[in-house]
Amino acid sequence: MRIHIKNGHVVDPVNGIDAVNDIFIAAGRILAIGDAPDGFHAARVIDAQSLVVCPGLVDLSVRLREPGLEYMATLESEMAAAVAGGVTSLACLPDTDPPLDEPGLVEMLKYRAKSLNLAHVYPIGALTQGLRGERLTEMAELSDAGCIGFGQSNVPLTNLRITMQAMRYAATFGFSVWLCPQEASLANDGVAHDGEIAARLGLPTIPVCAETVALSNIILLARETGVRLHLCRLSSMEGVGMVRDARQQGLSITCDVAINHLHLSEMDIGFFDSNCHLMPPLRALSDRDALRSGLQDDAIDAVCSDHAPVDEDAKLLPFGQAEVGATGVELLLPLTLKWGMEMRVPLIKRLAKITAIPARILGIDAGHLSLGATADLCIFDPEHYWRVAPSALKSQGKNTPYLGMELPGKVKFTLVNGDIVYEDQID
Amino acid sequence: MISRNPQLNRAGELQHLLTTEGLPVAILLDILDTAESFVGVTERDVKKIPLLRGKSVFNLFFEPSTRTRTTFEIAAKRLSADVHNLNIAVSAQSKGETLLDTVNNLSAMYADMFVVRHLQSGAAHLIAHHVQSDIHVINAGDGRHAHPTQALLDMFTIRRYKRDFQNLRVAIVGDILHSRVARSEIHALTTLGVPEVRVIAPKTLLPAKVERLGVHVYYDMVKGLKDVDVVMMLRLQNERMQSANLPSSEEYFKNYGLTQEKLSLAKPDAIVMHPGPLNRGVEIDSAVADGKQSVILPQVTYGIAVRMAVMSILAGN
Repeated sequence: MRIHIKNGHVVDPVNGIDAVNDIFIAAGRILAIGDAPDGFHAARVIDAQSLVVCPGLVDLSVRLREPGLEYMATLESEMAAAVAGGVTSLACLPDTDPPLDEPGLVEMLKYRAKSLNLAHVYPIGALTQGLRGERLTEMAELSDAGCIGFGQSNVPLTNLRITMQAMRYAATFGFSVWLCPQEASLANDGVAHDGEIAARLGLPTIPVCAETVALSNIILLARETGVRLHLCRLSSMEGVGMVRDARQQGLSITCDVAINHLHLSEMDIGFFDSNCHLMPPLRALSDRDALRSGLQDDAIDAVCSDHAPVDEDAKLLPFGQAEVGATGVELLLPLTLKWGMEMRVPLIKRLAKITAIPARILGIDAGHLSLGATADLCIFDPEHYWRVAPSALKSQGKNTPYLGMELPGKVKFTLVNGDIVYEDQID
Repeated sequence: MISRNPQLNRAGELQHLLTTEGLPVAILLDILDTAESFVGVTERDVKKIPLLRGKSVFNLFFEPSTRTRTTFEIAAKRLSADVHNLNIAVSAQSKGETLLDTVNNLSAMYADMFVVRHLQSGAAHLIAHHVQSDIHVINAGDGRHAHPTQALLDMFTIRRYKRDFQNLRVAIVGDILHSRVARSEIHALTTLGVPEVRVIAPKTLLPAKVERLGVHVYYDMVKGLKDVDVVMMLRLQNERMQSANLPSSEEYFKNYGLTQEKLSLAKPDAIVMHPGPLNRGVEIDSAVADGKQSVILPQVTYGIAVRMAVMSILAGN
């Protein structure tokens, strides 16, 4: 379909575009920016007056819950949620049931996702069989099936030799390894940050050293093996400092932070709010502030949603027994915008953190509006504040600490391959 | 988001008793004063008064307990309530029923009050958040979080022996990290205006940031007990030795067990308290537990009056 997006505030971090302009789309690609090509007749004109037009968002951490966990969410529900959040490319995590450790599972997932014709799905394969941390998966086969990297989701590796061998094997083929740094023996049975709130509420704790000790090991092993390393979801001030130091010493690594840890702290647990049972745990305000400024000064590359839809019953339990995680793919844009507003970060840089930079980390051709590029776009109203409520979320999971809050940035249109896959209903 | 103080109703009265944290001084004192009026009842020949006649109290114990459950049962019966004891550890939960399912089922049987013990911190808050507004929840111990009636009976005991809270130095000794009793005692003591609350323990048995609860931290019992008015001992669980919190109960007793010699560092009229059950020779020497400064048995007696007070106040709100 030929589409003319008119008078939008076009923001493209890769090409340095930050101005009101028109975009012309044909055959699924960006045909022109600025003047209409000769003889262009649009089948649909989108009036983007006072709206921002940017590359479709790229989310580095989404749980689609398929295969096996459909009681929490389905591919249909979560893909619809993704495009409602302006996300057009996403990396999905291997912590399904069974985990994504066999090529057949990955092929099926890719096929099912493609047939929905919504966002592009890039699976992260399991690094070890069954995520058990014992035997390596067939990474080359999994890569052929469509995996763009290998990780463990939140399941920790407990044997350093296995970690080193997995990195070495992945490095052989140039595959990236994605790890969430948390030392299992220090995290133990903890559910909350080792701070004042856990002291008050009597919750078992996960100290900051669970992150820093793991980071130290992972960074040393990445240096030893030369693997392409992506660190997922940092949670502490000390962790950000270690990543900064490692980079200054010339190690080429990337890292992200989840939307929850950019805005929340242990204080938000309040009286045992199980929506704040997250992994890694929400830490002190000083940690949150370090993550916010780390993202600003590029010690942290990107923001992810760490999307984890959970069924209601699994959250209606005492804090420590409640299922971990929060739904988030629809909040990636609003919470990144909010961070940028509070930190006075220019819009173009805010959007880079959820478009161009995560696309580069994934190694995919997305996150920009170059001529001829696939027309994956997000069109949103930056001034439109909306209230987070179960009825406002497409995701099957309604579990989020942000319920009841007003957040900026409402997605009006999402385009994938030049098709309008989401259009906000006029309210 | 759960933000309003979940223990108070819109009029600011006690709706549930979940923790001593955040309770107004007036409510704490009201409970202690009401308990004072019930002490006489427990000493009468006819021990029943009709304040809870026709009310159903359900003891929901998801974790085994004899002493606490029994004192709640006695308290409810003295107030003429109908008491139902459910030992859930061996019934519904083992069949896969969730905590809230169990509570909803019992609510349908016209419960007026739930007395809840659970091994997870926050269980009582969860129940209180989901029951109908005319049902009251009393936390009888949730995980490591809170045990408010124990703390209240301790406050009652202290007031009986020390008259007021304003000039006291109180030391809590032992496994603070895993203790719901310690947390509830700390909040009650600081709320009631005790100027100096000390905790004494090895670093492996103290929560990080414990000083943020308003206490002074001591690792050395000799320094920590100096000139205190009240010594509150905590029970040491045997599993602490398995999880690398401590090397042995012998070494623990040597450093943190209360002996007559260590007690002599406190004020001459200091009282010794313990929530029970006692581990003689582990956290407390028998000579001290049975000695003239010990008020451990009066604590148990006052426990009934304090629980009667809590139940009657809740029933009236």
